[in-house]
Amino acid sequence: MPTVNLNLKVLEKLIGKKLSLELLKDRISMLGTDLDKIEGNEVVVEVFPNRPDMLSEQGFARALSSFIGVKTGLKKYCVKKPLKDYQVIINDSVKKVRPYTACAIVKNLTFNDEKIREIIQIQEKLHVSLGRNRKKLAIGIYPLEQIKTPITYTAKKPNEIRFQPLESPREMTGLQILSQHPAGRDYGHLLEGKAVFPIFIDSKNEILSMPPIINSHKTGKINENTKEVFIECSGFDFKSLNQCLNIIVTALADMGGEIYQMELLYKKKKIITPNLNPVEWKLDLNYVNRLIGLKLSEKEIKILLEKMGLGYENKKVLVPAYRTDILHQIDIAEDIAIAYGYDNFEPEIPNVSTIGKENSFEVFKRKIANILVGTGILETISYHLTSINEHNEKMCFKSEVIELENPSTSEYSVLRSWITPSLMQILSRNTNKEYPQNIFEIGTVFKPNTKEETNVEENSRLGVALCGPDVNFTTIKQILDILFSALDMTCAIEETKHPSFINGRVGRVFVGKKAVAYIGEISPEVLEQFNIEMPVSCFELNLTNLIQVINNK
Amino acid sequence: MNINTIIKKLHPLEIKTLSHLKKEILFSELQKNTGLKEVEITRAIQWLGNKNIITIDEEIKELIELDKNGVKYKKEGLPEKRFLKATRSKNKISEIKKEAKLEDEEINICIGSLKKKAAIAITKEQELIITLTEQGKKLLEKEFLEEQFLKKDFPIELDSLKPEEIFAFENLIKRKEIIKKNVKKIRTIKLTILGEEVKKKGVSTKEVIERLTPKILKDKSWKNKEFRAYDVSINVPKITRGKRHFVNQAIDYARRIWLDMGFEEMTGNLLQTSFWNFDALFTAQDHPVRDLQDTFFIKKPATGKLPKKEFIDKIKNTHENGWTTNSKGWQYEWDEETSKKNVLRTHTTCLSAQTLAKLSKKDIPKKFFALGKCFRNETLDWSHLFEFNQTEGIVIDKNANFRHLLGYLKAFFKKMGYEKARFRPAYFPYTEFSVEIDVLHPIHKTWFELGGAGIFRPEVVKPLLGIDIPVLAWGPGFDRIILEFFKINDIRELYKNDLKQLREIKDWIK
Repeated sequence: MPTVNLNLKVLEKLIGKKLSLELLKDRISMLGTDLDKIEGNEVVVEVFPNRPDMLSEQGFARALSSFIGVKTGLKKYCVKKPLKDYQVIINDSVKKVRPYTACAIVKNLTFNDEKIREIIQIQEKLHVSLGRNRKKLAIGIYPLEQIKTPITYTAKKPNEIRFQPLESPREMTGLQILSQHPAGRDYGHLLEGKAVFPIFIDSKNEILSMPPIINSHKTGKINENTKEVFIECSGFDFKSLNQCLNIIVTALADMGGEIYQMELLYKKKKIITPNLNPVEWKLDLNYVNRLIGLKLSEKEIKILLEKMGLGYENKKVLVPAYRTDILHQIDIAEDIAIAYGYDNFEPEIPNVSTIGKENSFEVFKRKIANILVGTGILETISYHLTSINEHNEKMCFKSEVIELENPSTSEYSVLRSWITPSLMQILSRNTNKEYPQNIFEIGTVFKPNTKEETNVEENSRLGVALCGPDVNFTTIKQILDILFSALDMTCAIEETKHPSFINGRVGRVFVGKKAVAYIGEISPEVLEQFNIEMPVSCFELNLTNLIQVINNK
Repeated sequence: MNINTIIKKLHPLEIKTLSHLKKEILFSELQKNTGLKEVEITRAIQWLGNKNIITIDEEIKELIELDKNGVKYKKEGLPEKRFLKATRSKNKISEIKKEAKLEDEEINICIGSLKKKAAIAITKEQELIITLTEQGKKLLEKEFLEEQFLKKDFPIELDSLKPEEIFAFENLIKRKEIIKKNVKKIRTIKLTILGEEVKKKGVSTKEVIERLTPKILKDKSWKNKEFRAYDVSINVPKITRGKRHFVNQAIDYARRIWLDMGFEEMTGNLLQTSFWNFDALFTAQDHPVRDLQDTFFIKKPATGKLPKKEFIDKIKNTHENGWTTNSKGWQYEWDEETSKKNVLRTHTTCLSAQTLAKLSKKDIPKKFFALGKCFRNETLDWSHLFEFNQTEGIVIDKNANFRHLLGYLKAFFKKMGYEKARFRPAYFPYTEFSVEIDVLHPIHKTWFELGGAGIFRPEVVKPLLGIDIPVLAWGPGFDRIILEFFKINDIRELYKNDLKQLREIKDWIK
């Protein structure tokens, strides 16, 4: 989850009230954010991904200040009309690579080291969250003093692009930036293989940046002398670009800046950004009350909405332009509940009559487990994921397994296709423990089957393994017999061959005509692989098959 | 305890041992004298010790013992002495060997050792010719230090050796299997004052019944006899038992709570298509949870099949523009292929989605629960596992509201042993309202986080169920509660299957 670092002093100033640490902590978590830590003056807060507008110090303070009742209601931002030349011309060539941009200008800023760091933080947090690591959108901020408007957003062949990227001593081509510049190496995959790369150029033909990778050192670096900035967001979804732009310009306005709009000249239409007009929503008050289980009056709801920084006028909710998370009126209802305070709701259990019901297969499996426990055997639980070595090589049996596309380690990279290898691993890890070691496990196994929805069939199997000096075919057969007699069933065993078992001491277990299990003594080759110096006999029973037989009886 | 009671409760082994005890005796001597087996005498002195009849002092000592060749040489004499004696009458090496009855290996050692002592001279003709020197003659008359050493009574304590014995010891220990050094625990058993009294008072010789046998019962010989009294406070050897895995014990308990509260169980596959795991739950296709670093995907079969077209269309429209849910949707182009990708389910919430899709409207209201394994692409460490347990619940009721959600959760956690639960705002793509559940640790009095809950978004409910009514939903993790109960700090120990741990861990008792 994205975090935002706040300076306690600055935060208090922005909120407009000093809170005790205890109260601050409490309010932060009841607002729907998670306090990570407070160390001295530094406050680190986790912000849920639906609230990117809270990823800046300003945005966070705006929400908190309103929530605690200091500055409530819809915050109005003054947006000035575009001045002459405040234009961005969008060339059609960007369509194939990064089709949209939304831009703005903010003036009357004063920067110091702290504020520059703050701007960079907002930019980076938005890149990660809203921008999906710059894939969906990327942001560029430039000192307007170094730029001559109008600006053009266009795309050129990588080799024709040449400029000095940020923090680099020399000029590079588009391709060189991808392979040599640190930002190019991190984000180059977003442009790799494209015929043209997008760039912003000013009217002096100076390259400002190559989004989403890097700005120009000359025209794309903010310093303490910067008073005015040009901001662009580029990407694939015009709506998100606008939301992102709104989040940045309102944060800059809260730093004292004046927002100016720009004209975006797309081929077919002219669009003016940013647009900070609140979005109007109809709200069904009955719906809200029914959902939250309260009886709030319209007046109370208005006050609660204002605590969340929303407006309420003429039976309509006004949602500020930086809020990206309102998709449905239920989102507004949730804001009302948060403002009311989750800690103020009285939990209630309604009188709704329903009848509890356990899954019958789960009941069956528990019965089986209890029968085995009664014979003195210990239940184990293994991971479903294992390694091909443990599962196949060591068992001397090549079983078809489902492989993960992206395992985090080869030790856990395939889904098991039978239980016995799991039991052997357990015995192998416990050779220093007291014998006899008698264990069982009921679990899921996986095998390919194109008839299934996922093309994989999942079965529940029971594995039982007996290990100790006096263990043999008889001792495991006795367990199988107990189980079948408890289930009031009979089975027949036919000799078979299986590479994991001793020849002549392995059988296939049938119920009627259905093969349901293997039973036998594990071969010394397998025991040697697992470093077990005690005989092991075991059976593995397919419970999915068995229950089918029982249900068809 | 009264001295008579003590005497009455003595075990035959104790009685036998006691009769051989004196003020102070070595364990080995005691064993020899009683003629008991080591395990019997060990038990007897342990019991006597527990009753304060004796004290046992243990001392670690280094003992020298005779080895295989040592035993032989002690009887037959050292090879070099035999060699030297033989040279008085013979001087061809082969003859010496025969006379002294030496092995080839021993011959070489003898020559080496005697030459060093200047006891023999060697010339070489067809074979080696040995002649005795003056020094040799002198040596013949007295005993070697090593010979003297071997004559001693073994075992000998290393600490008790005199300087010349140390010399002999060092020479012999280097040679093959003559003597060996052992570390031994020497136990000295001393009678306590109580012990002296018990012994003085004398042990009753009246015949008592030791073991009640079928024979005694049959012939009724128990009548008018006394039984030897046992020490009923005694420790007995441990036995093992069969039992359910402690995680499953906890899961069964939680299952019973949901059943008590009128919930019906949902089960389903661990492997799911992205459609059920993500898309049906209104999780946008570019949401980070669908990245490789968060979710396990399958190499082959990489994809599965989608449900009937009716569902696909509804889900596609809901994602793209909200369909008829009055939502704006995520406003992007939904891709069918992406939703076919197989994943190991990341939550049991996919089972809730499937349940909603199957549910007939006339069966509402309904309550369902699930308890199951889920997967997350995590690197294993003390606090992270790639497999974890979740408990899922949904309530489908047209009158359900947010306060009911809090009510159900509070009731569940109270039954799990957490009297106090608190709820904070949270975010999940498929719920709105979203809630984070904290419970108060009953002993530490600190809050800890258990996971999420909420009300399913209309974008989830309407496409699956066909109508837009509130569906309360939750899916807190379950492992944290298990760890807390069993006082396990490292989450990997849940499925370590250490048989000692499984045998000894307490049961889930709530």
